[in-house]
Amino acid sequence: MTVDAHTARDAELVQLLTPEGERLEHPDYPLSLSDQQLRDLYRDLVVVRALDLESVALTRRGELGLWPSLLGQEAAQVGSGRALGAGDMVFPTYREHAVAYCRGMPWLNILRLFRGVNHAGWDPKEFGFHLYTIVIGTQTLHATGYAMGIQRDGHHGTGIGDTALAYFGDGATSQGDVNESFVWAAVYNAPIVFFCQNNQWAISEPLERQTRIPLYRRAQGFGFPGVRVDGNDVLACLAVTRRALDRARTGQGPSLIEAFTYRMGAHTTTDDPTRYRHSDELEAWKLKDPIARVKAYLSRTGLANAQFFEEVDVQAAEAAVELRAACLALPDPSPDALFQHVYAAPHRLLEEERAAYETYLAGFHD
Amino acid sequence: MTEVTAPEQSAPLTGTQTLTLAKALNAGMRRAMAEDPKVLVMGEDVGRLGGVFRVTDGLQREFGEDRVIDTPLAESGIIGTAIGMALRGYRPVCEIQFDGFVFPAANQIITQLAKMRLRSLGQVTLPVVVRIPCGGGIGAVEHHSESPEAYFAHTAGLRVVACSNPVDAYWMLQEAIACPDPVVFFEPKRRYWDKAPVDTEAPAAPMGDAVVVREGTDATLLAYGPMVKTCLEAAEADDRSLEVVDLRSLSPLDTPALEASVRKTGRCVVVHEAPVFGGLGGEIAARITEACFYHLEAPVLRVGGFATPYPASRLEDHYLPDLDRILDTVDRTFAW
Ligand SMILES: Cc1ncc(C[n+]2csc(CCOP(=O)(O)OP(=O)(O)O)c2C)c(N)n1
Ligand SMILES: [Mg+2]
Repeated sequence: MTVDAHTARDAELVQLLTPEGERLEHPDYPLSLSDQQLRDLYRDLVVVRALDLESVALTRRGELGLWPSLLGQEAAQVGSGRALGAGDMVFPTYREHAVAYCRGMPWLNILRLFRGVNHAGWDPKEFGFHLYTIVIGTQTLHATGYAMGIQRDGHHGTGIGDTALAYFGDGATSQGDVNESFVWAAVYNAPIVFFCQNNQWAISEPLERQTRIPLYRRAQGFGFPGVRVDGNDVLACLAVTRRALDRARTGQGPSLIEAFTYRMGAHTTTDDPTRYRHSDELEAWKLKDPIARVKAYLSRTGLANAQFFEEVDVQAAEAAVELRAACLALPDPSPDALFQHVYAAPHRLLEEERAAYETYLAGFHD
Repeated sequence: MTEVTAPEQSAPLTGTQTLTLAKALNAGMRRAMAEDPKVLVMGEDVGRLGGVFRVTDGLQREFGEDRVIDTPLAESGIIGTAIGMALRGYRPVCEIQFDGFVFPAANQIITQLAKMRLRSLGQVTLPVVVRIPCGGGIGAVEHHSESPEAYFAHTAGLRVVACSNPVDAYWMLQEAIACPDPVVFFEPKRRYWDKAPVDTEAPAAPMGDAVVVREGTDATLLAYGPMVKTCLEAAEADDRSLEVVDLRSLSPLDTPALEASVRKTGRCVVVHEAPVFGGLGGEIAARITEACFYHLEAPVLRVGGFATPYPASRLEDHYLPDLDRILDTVDRTFAW
């Protein structure tokens, strides 16, 4: 067994903030943030965790059909999400709630999907955040094609052009589509960043069912650089993603980032992880919590005091209460929504069926 | 192989047991695996977890990691390697986690699995079973509620069957595993928790046969998979005498049995969750019309999904055929 596929050895892991909250420097990833920016990152982490927990709670109350929790992956998502520029386009899976948050998308949009009101429904262009994708790996090809479009727009390689960022999981790396997207991106030197959140599990299957080598090293075989970053370190995730985006923007092509993290919760609210993993694994990862280390750092350096932490907690709690109210107020779609938006142009069969169903429903009122 | 769990024997099922449909499938697989060491189970999360619906629960503990294989996350890989295993003499039973995720494997199923026997002039057989939980009604997100059977029924070289109850689940799965041809095996996921007594000594009808599950004289309801129960409930709720036939085999169809029922009743409604347009109902209607033209009091009518993608779950009750829509259609055959 190749042990280092699933044990982050310190030498190959980019880390700027230790689990104890100690700030490290890395020669390749210098990062200087203002005090305010550091506090804002902490605020993001706390708020998205609260919104995520509220979403789990709403599911338990039957208000959502299902919820894939991001618990434990806040830093990977906030760090990468905050590295993006306004014109960049994110291609998410179904778990990137915190990235959506960083892109300014209302969390409620995501609840609509998991409540079964619609299948996504937001405008990707409005937020630079594409639709959630449930069929594993498919979005990585879309992101690559989108990046190839950027290449053909004109500004590419000038440092001011846009980029695409594709998220996917450790499990997804086994899919043909993901491997094909690596080939395409490499061959065309596309301005794309592949951001793999290796949370160690694909439902019940541990990482060793997908790979014998560390995932970031796969990039080399395709012909572009790969890096493994501490996915629970928001600063490192920010710095590494910034650098990869910069490479893409300046015409240097794709990169793969493996954010080494952990799915602290169940796969989704319908999953029971006690059937396949030991709780001591979870306990070990709790010590590497993405939020605790930032709090420790801010406290120790005097960048934030008790009053600040209190205020952030209150803000997060209020956001959760607001989210709950907004979720409960979501109207159910009307039956006619069944027939809307399937085609851009009129469609004879669909119109026939829509009319027939309308007549059928009207029959119940007679 | 690393960390192979020691096989642990559990007594095979005997006598008559009340089982859920999911447990019946499990028992069928367990028996097939016990009787034939070449039978393998493979798929995502089928081992340690026992499948997201627990259909393969306990099989890895009992038969070990070499026979119950948690695969990497790639459906094309699952079917492609199953074909290779079959070439080496094994009988893989593949699980596709949800209906909507069979499409990455469509290439391997349609271009390879379905055609290798013909291409080898019968010298290569591929006894591969592709199990697919199908259909809606469980409030799931996108891609978890689809009914893709028509794509596979349209592909020559595959046998396509659908079970509707625990007894058939137990027996038909064993028959599919023993079958020398590739079989796409649809399981009605919203019926996984339905229970019935399963007699392990009394085989059900062969999987190629349609079965009259409720006798009637006035009209025939043809259904399969999840819609059989819905049709039975509709028939129960109606004053007319409605016959319900469970197709069981979708490719090939047991046309003689379907025709016999329609000749008797003179009216026929085909019910499935899949979209009506291009669905199996069209093929069945054409065949019934051709064979029973002079016995029909009305055209064969169809009830099914709309020509839309499967909707978000808060709309699925509108999309799925229910008692009202089925009986409304039966009314139309009487009003002809
Ligand atoms: C093509 C396809 N096959 C199977 C599934 C079912 N499924 C949903 S999530 C998942 C595991 C994904 O693991 P990973 O890529 O590591 O992402 P994570 O859920 O851990 O974020 C599986 C098998 C799916 N959605 N799509
Ligand atoms: Mg994962």
